[in-house]
Amino acid sequence: MSSIGTGYDLSASQFSPDGRVFQVEYAQKAVENSGTVVAIRGKDGIVFGVEKLVMSKLYEKGSNKRIFHIDRHIGMAVAGLLADARQIADIAREEAANYRSDFGGPIPSAVLADRVSMYMHAYTLYSFVRPFGCSVVLSSYDEDGPHMHVIEPSGVAYGYYGCAIGKGKQAAKTEIEKIKMKEMSMHELVNEVARIVYTIHDEVKDKAFELELSWVGKGTEGLHQFIPAEVQEEAEKLAKKSLEDSDSDEDM
Amino acid sequence: MYQGLLPGGDDSFWQNGPRPGAFYSFPNHLPKQSTKVTEDPFRCTLNPMVTGTSVFGVKFDGGVIVGADTLGSYGSLARYRQVSRLLRVNDTTVMGSGGDCADFQFIKSVIEQRVIEEQCLEDGFKFTPKALFNWLTRVHYNRRSRFNPLWNTTVVGGIENGEPFLGYVDKIGTAFEAPSVASGYGAYIAQPLLRDELEKHPVLNERQAKELIDRCFKVLFYRDARSWNRYELAIVTRDSKARIEGPFSSETDWDIAYSVGGYE
Repeated sequence: MSSIGTGYDLSASQFSPDGRVFQVEYAQKAVENSGTVVAIRGKDGIVFGVEKLVMSKLYEKGSNKRIFHIDRHIGMAVAGLLADARQIADIAREEAANYRSDFGGPIPSAVLADRVSMYMHAYTLYSFVRPFGCSVVLSSYDEDGPHMHVIEPSGVAYGYYGCAIGKGKQAAKTEIEKIKMKEMSMHELVNEVARIVYTIHDEVKDKAFELELSWVGKGTEGLHQFIPAEVQEEAEKLAKKSLEDSDSDEDM
Repeated sequence: MYQGLLPGGDDSFWQNGPRPGAFYSFPNHLPKQSTKVTEDPFRCTLNPMVTGTSVFGVKFDGGVIVGADTLGSYGSLARYRQVSRLLRVNDTTVMGSGGDCADFQFIKSVIEQRVIEEQCLEDGFKFTPKALFNWLTRVHYNRRSRFNPLWNTTVVGGIENGEPFLGYVDKIGTAFEAPSVASGYGAYIAQPLLRDELEKHPVLNERQAKELIDRCFKVLFYRDARSWNRYELAIVTRDSKARIEGPFSSETDWDIAYSVGGYE
C-alpha cells in the first residue's frame, strides 16, 4: 500500500514519475493515524460521532474537542493533526463572517465547503508550505434539507450521505453502508453513530476514548449543537450494551 | 515706502507670500500636512443622514427597561416609521441607539458577528452588559479622536452579576452609569420625569417602570418634533431572558390644538 517516494517527496511542488504528489499522500497518512470520525446524514439532520482517543488519564475531560462550530448553523468534525484543523476552523469561521457581511445571511455549507477546499488545495501547490494534515467534515441543515461535505488534505470535497475518516474508517464504512440512513431521523441516528464508534474502537491498540457527539437538523432548528447530556448518556449506554451482546454472540 | 507691507499691497520682494493672519498652503508640500482640513478626504466633518431621536432607560427592581421609538427621520421628514433602534445582544444584554441609523446598523453587525464568534467558542463566557458598554466607549472615543465619529448615542442595559446595569455612551466617548439615562431630547424632557419618579419611589416594579416609560414617550411625542408615537421596549430581568416587546403606542390627547388660534 505505502510506497517510498524517494527523491520525489521533498515538496508539494513535485510530481513523481507515476503522477503522484507524495506530500499530499503523506498528509493523508496523518489523517489515517487519528481517531475515527463517523458522520451520517439522515432525513432531517446530520449526526457527528468522534472517537477522541485519550492519550493520558491526566487530561481534563472535554479538552481538545474535535468538533467545532462554524457560525451558528454549520458543524465541523476533524480527523488528523488537531493544530492544522484549528486553523481550518478559523478560516472557515472567517469565510462565514465575510459571507455574512457581504450577503447579509448565513453561508450555505456547499459554498463554505467550496471555499475551504480551495484554501486547503492552495497549500498543496507550493514548496514553501506543507499541506494540511487533516480532513474535515462540514454539516448543516437549511430549507433544502441536510448537507454534508468532506474535504481532504488534497483539497477535494465531496458531498456524502454517510462517511468515516480516520483510523477505523474502513470498518466504519462497512457499518454505515448497512444503515438505511435516508429514512432515519436525527434521534435514531444518534444511537446508530454511537454504536458504530464503539464497535470500531480497537480496545487493544487504543485504550481510552471519549465519544464526542453533535448534531444539526430540524430538531435543533438548524443550529449546530453538541448533543444534550441525557441523549448522549442514553446513546452510549445502548452502544455499550450492543457491544456486550455481540461479544456474547461471539463467545457462542 | 511701507506700501509692500500692507495686505493686498504690491510688493516686488515678497510675491505670493503668506498674508498675515491667514493660513498658507506651502507649494510642493505633501497633502497630509496641508493646513486645509477639507483637502484630506479621510478627515471629514460628518453629518448624520437618517437619524433616530431619543433613547432612554430606567432601572427597576430586578431589571432594566430601555425604550426607543421606531422612527428614522430624514432631516425633518418622518421617512422610515418601522425602524427598530433596539438590539438584543444576548440573554443578559440589550442596547438602543439614537443618532445616525447607518452607523447603528454598522455597529449592530459588528456586535452580532462578535456574538456569533463567542457562540462558536462555547467556552462558557458570554458578553455582559458592562463589557459591551466598555467596548462601545472605547470604539466611540477612538473614532472621535480620529475625527471620524460613529454618530450615535447609545444606552446599554442588562443584568450584570445579578444586578441591573444601565449605561450611556456618547458619540464623543462620554460614558456613565445611572439609575435612569436618556439621550437627545429625552435628556431634557424624559430624564426629569424619570428622576422625579425615582426620587418619590426609589424602587419600581416592572409595571410601574413601563407606565413611567409610556408617560415619557407620550410627552416626547407631544414636544419632540422628530419623534413618533410607536415605540419598542427592551426588557431584561434577573429571572427572564432579554426580550424586545412592542410596538406600543401612547394614548395622546390633542384637544388642546383647538384652543390654539390661527390654524382653523
